[in-house]
Amino acid sequence: MTTVPITLPKNYLNQDYTLWSWLTTIDHKRIAWLYLVSITFFFFLGGAAATVMRLELATAPGDVVESETYNRLFSLHGIAMVWFFLVPSIPATLGNFLLPLMIGARDMAFPRLNLLSWYLYAIAGVFALTMVIAGGVDTGWTFYTPYSSLFANGQVVLAVVGIIVAGFSSILTGLNFIVTVHKMRAPGLTWMRLPLFVWAQYATAIIMVLATPVLAITLLMIALERILGIGIFDPKMGGDPVLFQHLFWFYSHPAVYIMILPGMGVVSEIITCFARKHIFGYDGMAFALLAIALIGFLVWGHHMFVAGQSVYASVVFSLLSFIVAVPSGIKVFNWAATLYKGSVSFETPMLYALGFVGLFTIGGLTGVTVASTAVDVHVHDTYFVIAHFHYIMVGGMVMAYFGGLHFWWPKMTGRMYPDVWGRIAAITIFIGFNLTFFPQFILGYLGMPRRYHTYPDEFELLNALSSAGASILAAGYLLPLAYLLYSLRWGPMAGPNPWDARGLEWTTPSPPPEHNFDRIPIVTQKPYAYDVPKRDSDPA
Amino acid sequence: MPGTDTQESIALLPRASTLAERVDAQFFTLLWVDALMVVVLFGLIIGFAVYYRRGTLRNRVSNAPQTRVEITWSTALLLIFLSIFAWSAHLYVEASSPPKNALEIHGIGKQWMWKFEHRGGQREINELHVPLGVPVKVILATQDVIHSFFVPAFRMKQDVVPGRLRVAWFTPSRVGRYHLFCAEYCGLDHSRMRGHVVVMERNDYEAWLAGFTGTESLAAQGEKLFSQYGCIGCHGPGSKVLAPGLGGIFGKSVPLAGGSIAVVDENYLRDSILAPEQQVVAGYQPIMPSFAGRIDEADLMRLIAYIKSLSAPQGAP
Amino acid sequence: MTYQSAIPTRPDTLEQPASQFDSLAQQHQADTLGMWVFLASEILFFGGMFMAYTVYRTAFPAAFEAASGHLNLGLGGINTAILLTSSLTMTLADDAVVARNRRATAIWLALTALLGTIFLAIKGIEWREEFREQLAPLFGRPFVFPEPHTDQARLFFSFYFALTGLHALHLLIGVVLVLVMLIFTLRDAPHLDAKVIIAGLYWHLVDLIWVFVFPLLYLAARHG
Repeated sequence: MTTVPITLPKNYLNQDYTLWSWLTTIDHKRIAWLYLVSITFFFFLGGAAATVMRLELATAPGDVVESETYNRLFSLHGIAMVWFFLVPSIPATLGNFLLPLMIGARDMAFPRLNLLSWYLYAIAGVFALTMVIAGGVDTGWTFYTPYSSLFANGQVVLAVVGIIVAGFSSILTGLNFIVTVHKMRAPGLTWMRLPLFVWAQYATAIIMVLATPVLAITLLMIALERILGIGIFDPKMGGDPVLFQHLFWFYSHPAVYIMILPGMGVVSEIITCFARKHIFGYDGMAFALLAIALIGFLVWGHHMFVAGQSVYASVVFSLLSFIVAVPSGIKVFNWAATLYKGSVSFETPMLYALGFVGLFTIGGLTGVTVASTAVDVHVHDTYFVIAHFHYIMVGGMVMAYFGGLHFWWPKMTGRMYPDVWGRIAAITIFIGFNLTFFPQFILGYLGMPRRYHTYPDEFELLNALSSAGASILAAGYLLPLAYLLYSLRWGPMAGPNPWDARGLEWTTPSPPPEHNFDRIPIVTQKPYAYDVPKRDSDPA
Repeated sequence: MPGTDTQESIALLPRASTLAERVDAQFFTLLWVDALMVVVLFGLIIGFAVYYRRGTLRNRVSNAPQTRVEITWSTALLLIFLSIFAWSAHLYVEASSPPKNALEIHGIGKQWMWKFEHRGGQREINELHVPLGVPVKVILATQDVIHSFFVPAFRMKQDVVPGRLRVAWFTPSRVGRYHLFCAEYCGLDHSRMRGHVVVMERNDYEAWLAGFTGTESLAAQGEKLFSQYGCIGCHGPGSKVLAPGLGGIFGKSVPLAGGSIAVVDENYLRDSILAPEQQVVAGYQPIMPSFAGRIDEADLMRLIAYIKSLSAPQGAP
Repeated sequence: MTYQSAIPTRPDTLEQPASQFDSLAQQHQADTLGMWVFLASEILFFGGMFMAYTVYRTAFPAAFEAASGHLNLGLGGINTAILLTSSLTMTLADDAVVARNRRATAIWLALTALLGTIFLAIKGIEWREEFREQLAPLFGRPFVFPEPHTDQARLFFSFYFALTGLHALHLLIGVVLVLVMLIFTLRDAPHLDAKVIIAGLYWHLVDLIWVFVFPLLYLAARHG
């Protein structure tokens, strides 16, 4: 194959090739790339930790690493994946890239603040890496007191400061999104004409802005407790370790929705495009996103059914947790109904999106199981919970992230990847994921607690199965790395709209020019007008 | 040893407490509901995706009544969820407090072991022997970080948080030897902080208890500590200092300075020893010194057992 | 309000919106909304600590009241007055900049920064006092407080230093921000009115947080 030199028109990528131009860019599309590269690093760092963990857990005795190392590995896995990959994943990459394009704006409202967000993230990343090199932490990503404040001897302060800084980065990103959606929409683009991806980013941004500061102050109190010796969570001074859990989950439960709402947005875009259908129940879908974001603030106590909070508090939190599951259920039904009478095709992004719907459904339904107080007493802190939230976060968010990346890759790079390899990877990841995590539901029901380095022999078979699945999953994640990089140089030109998709981002060239639109578009209809021309010309 | 049939197959987790049956009933009902929803949803998705795949000749004119359909399934979901909630919350509330006549055993979690002490002073580590068919109330404390007392075969779990006593209770319904885990991450050897709960026939249990020699009951040990720590100087009979007497107070309500009422339970006694100024009984001066930092969890548990024994009906052990 | 010998700020016609905006009005609205969103985030930041404080205040009322009695109410009260006055001067600066009066803007901004600095100085004096009285449970220093409330008083002072410290940090940032505004005013920077008004929003929030910090900490002993 020969590469024909093509002179591309000026776009955001070929404006300037220097490293300096990248590090000082205030173009939202380039900042998206800065994030993409950095979160990919942390994804593989967290993944490497998980690989060693699964290797260790393949057999019952602790024969691969020491307990000390194992405890540091699962802490690293959680910290890297939650704060350095999942929270920024879709918002900071696809969100940054697409939000202005989708609403017909030339950039974010605050381009410099946007770059500052990335620098804060990078500084936080340096803290995290220093923490790892200096020996890591063994507190788990949840930093429960008094273990984290008085007992743990790892680099807790470094980890906590890193997370606080990363938190400020996501607060600023959220702020930018909120203002951009409010003030930068193109003429005619009313709220009820926004793509659901934008709604999802907006709902996520609200959580980022309102929940993250509580995490910051809570972790700050841990840092102060360790540095200055003050005792806010020290039971010997009358402090209450359970208060930490309340404050921590006041952030971290909404944060779970930071880690799933953007995925719901991505999937709505993909399913409509590959079903050639208007989304079923647009208004319901938009309000469901907001409802999840808002009710999500009121359910944190469901992490503490056995921590000794009042029985009545537990019952109320349980009720609210059931209620927050309803809008999620509506979304799943609506995605299914969108396929009805569509014209469905199965390119790579669609496979990921369908995988998302399936795995998210299982994750959501098992979420209802753990929201049931009496059952949760048994499965809390076991592998059942591990499996449940991995179905949401990996089966849901990571699938959606990969789906979105494949969907908008031609827009971001101007080139197509080999679709066959894309499909192979999507199917490999789907199979590997289920093999890894489905056995963990059973393990959890049988009583295997989480964060166990060694375990009784009778859990060995299921653990071995899970570890075998993890090796398939790991292979699945390496595939896109290979063919996406390949496509950067050898992929065929994509053209402005390879999927024949609607949405303003597809009206620009691929890759888009620096200021996105030569003329700001005027919007006259709702999004996803896939079936509109068909209805006129082809009534049969 | 009697009842050594351990966990049999991995497919079946033994149901060894009265609660286990009921939790499992809910768990498996939920599982079937989940499975049904998964089948319906996946059926719809796969069915639609295949039937309406691109290139097929289908009627694609859609006039589905969107709002009505949405309202229908939202309401259906809400009703299903609310009934599961009510069922589960009912069991949770009911199982939250132990019966009055439960057999009391004290337990302490520390990095990384479980220590138990029976009423007669019989001590064990990482093993807990309990009689069949009797409600057992394990009063738990932790010496360092948070631990969690988890017996999968009982479908029961209770976090133990420093600074508070927590109660885990169950009624064993099946003889056997079952796993006891620490379910809350507690540091280096968290995964090795495990042991067994041994459920025995009542006679076997009595025999097992009697097999210990030279033990002294918890209350008797507590009585010694009561004078050793000097409590007796003020709270003893005939003391000149005006301090509340401790006979017969357990389980009663006492009026506190400031007007509130407190029920004397294990946590109240514990707090009164460690932070006496927080809950002063009405009519007394806040002169008692705090024993925080001077008395460990094991001695606290003995003192509490002693003070409780002062309220036991005459003739009770 | 009219000012004598006013030096006007540059007229709007000389100003262009940043390239991502269509108009100055849009830009100003975005800037203002951005600051409001940030302030909402700040409120939750302090809210987490207020929440934790309130939990312990309810759990240990006697100890917290006793500990609160050791704070210097006089200096705290003076500081409250100073900070409230600074909000007034900041508002006057807003007013002046809207009236396009550079000199008055500069004067009110300078006064605001000065008041903020005085607040910080007084706060420093208070802290030194508390360090001397061994009421600062920081850096492993000895903490001396009469029984029986020693432990809970240490908790109170932990919160005291954490809350006043965080507030002082915010105020310090505020003073720097106001000084930057002062420089902008002297240089007649573009978009001056929007900048000063947004800096003012931040200043008022920091003031407002003190309005909560003061009664929570200083008046706990004196609620009657």
